[in-house]
Amino acid sequence: MIEWLNTIVQGVLLGGLYALFAMGLSLIFGVMRLTNIAHGDFIVLAAFGAFALTSQTGIGPLGALAFLLPLSVAFGYALQRVVLNATLARDPLPSLVVTFGLSIIIQNVLQEIFSADPRSIRAGELTTASVQLVEGITVGVLPLLIFVVAVLVAGSLQWLFVRTTIGCAFRATSDDRDTAELMGLDARVVYAWASGLAFAVIAIAGLLQGMRTTVAPADGPGLLLYAFEAVVIGGLGSFWGTFAGGVILGVTQAIGFRLDPGWGIWLGHVVFLVILLVRPAGLFPRMR
Amino acid sequence: MSAASFTVHQGTAASRIAGIVALVGIAFLSTAPWWAESGWMREFNEMACYLIFAMMWNLLAGYGGMVSIGQQAYLGLGGYVLVALGNFAGLNPFVAVPIAAVAAMIAAFPISRIAFRLSGGHFAIGTWVIAEVLRLTIANISAIGGGSGTSLIALRGIDRATRESVTFWLCLVSVAASVGLVYWFLRSRQGLALLAIRDSEGASESQGVDVGRTKLWVYVVAAFGCGLAGALYFLGNLRISPDAAFSVNWTAFSIFIVMVGGIATIEGPIIGVIVFFLLNRLFSDYGTWYLVGLGLLAILATTRFPKGLWGYVSSRAGLHLFPVHRRLSIDEADGAEQGKPMKAAS
Repeated sequence: MIEWLNTIVQGVLLGGLYALFAMGLSLIFGVMRLTNIAHGDFIVLAAFGAFALTSQTGIGPLGALAFLLPLSVAFGYALQRVVLNATLARDPLPSLVVTFGLSIIIQNVLQEIFSADPRSIRAGELTTASVQLVEGITVGVLPLLIFVVAVLVAGSLQWLFVRTTIGCAFRATSDDRDTAELMGLDARVVYAWASGLAFAVIAIAGLLQGMRTTVAPADGPGLLLYAFEAVVIGGLGSFWGTFAGGVILGVTQAIGFRLDPGWGIWLGHVVFLVILLVRPAGLFPRMR
Repeated sequence: MSAASFTVHQGTAASRIAGIVALVGIAFLSTAPWWAESGWMREFNEMACYLIFAMMWNLLAGYGGMVSIGQQAYLGLGGYVLVALGNFAGLNPFVAVPIAAVAAMIAAFPISRIAFRLSGGHFAIGTWVIAEVLRLTIANISAIGGGSGTSLIALRGIDRATRESVTFWLCLVSVAASVGLVYWFLRSRQGLALLAIRDSEGASESQGVDVGRTKLWVYVVAAFGCGLAGALYFLGNLRISPDAAFSVNWTAFSIFIVMVGGIATIEGPIIGVIVFFLLNRLFSDYGTWYLVGLGLLAILATTRFPKGLWGYVSSRAGLHLFPVHRRLSIDEADGAEQGKPMKAAS
């Protein structure tokens, strides 16, 4: 019994990481209806950026993040302005093909620079430290920390969307682009800031993924699928819904891995498909 | 509206010439086993598989407005059904090819129930998840080789020359039939409905087009084609593994082929696959940089030349080798009051 409880606790913590993957994707889709196929690859790119910084200069993960975060925001902003804005249309085809192309480019450039080997970001004692919650349930400090960061990110994004001026601009442009532009908003700039914000989350997610486990250049599509599943399970109502979607996926995978290591990821996918069949709008759809 | 008599044209002079050239070309190619090297025929077989697969992606994305990243699900299914029928049921693998394609088509009915819950970009990734489920399922079944795959041992008793010739003929017939199938489908009533749906789902529904059923038919036809491509590919390859059969690269390459050749045309994928194989011959030694180049080319084609190579040629020269548009001409006697014979845009 306690082993199963332990599995669920570990799954919830893993779900925090998946929620981090998912929030960037859900943000971009929510604001501009763009499905970013390269989302997972951008997370991997950020992880390799953090890996290069920490291994070459000797700075710690936090120092790397201080450097990586503004760089990632600027990159997201520029990518939206220069490339992605031109692909937005009623037809999803151009944006899908362009982001799919970016995905292939990132994977192969990373493989050329870093080889296909998995890498890990050294985080010193944090990697192995653990605390005992109750008798029989011990959790790693790093997974716990990642979960707390995910909660903070979800809370901050939710606050930003509901309470701030830029959040209001995001919601207005999402609801009705034309009317928002009549009110003096430049949708292209709003989209660029939304992407910048999403890339801030991507940088955090990439760093934490690289610290918790390993990253390889070809990992991106897998991460994209987890992020996507969390978004759809959660429904497109709020960032807390996305967060819950990540946790459900994490717990499902953990249970699957416990039953049989070969079927863990499979079970996550299948439960996603079942939820899709039963509740197409997700578990926490938008309420108006 | 006056009851003007009118006629609807679909063919053009170029299309009739192209049809004759294509038939002569197929007849000539069918003699290849007597004069061509086996390496050359293998290359042709591979090209045929890529072309069939890319045409099905084009049918879905270019005509049906359904961008899928998961068509490798049906390619892999086709391949595995072929191997299972050959190795376990003892069926002649050549006979198993069409059965495998039909099996992929049947699988598309239940799968579409899940996939059609999503639309747009979410449909794209959702189909990818489905392909991953199939890959992981088969990788966990040890009877068909598990993750490391298995060989098509059913071909053991057939001598090499026969195997190569029959595989080549099957590929040739399949690729010609696939072009014909797509061409026929687009010219049929279902095809016209499809074009209407792509232009405006709401408007076509109000005109009595059954949107759901038409989309389902496109999805099922595409699954048949992808299953056929998979069965043919692994018939020629002799070895199958989940990672090769359900690889997303199949879709990546077909997107490249369709976008560079010209989306929403039948000619486009044919030109695209030739470009793809030429680039592959010239640059594949560069490995990762070659793939980076393909990605860049696909992005450039999509953003700068959204109609691709064939779209550029056909808009310049007004050339349609496979016309699926209907052109309306009003007969002079009644049409005089309404001006010149008009062309219906489609």
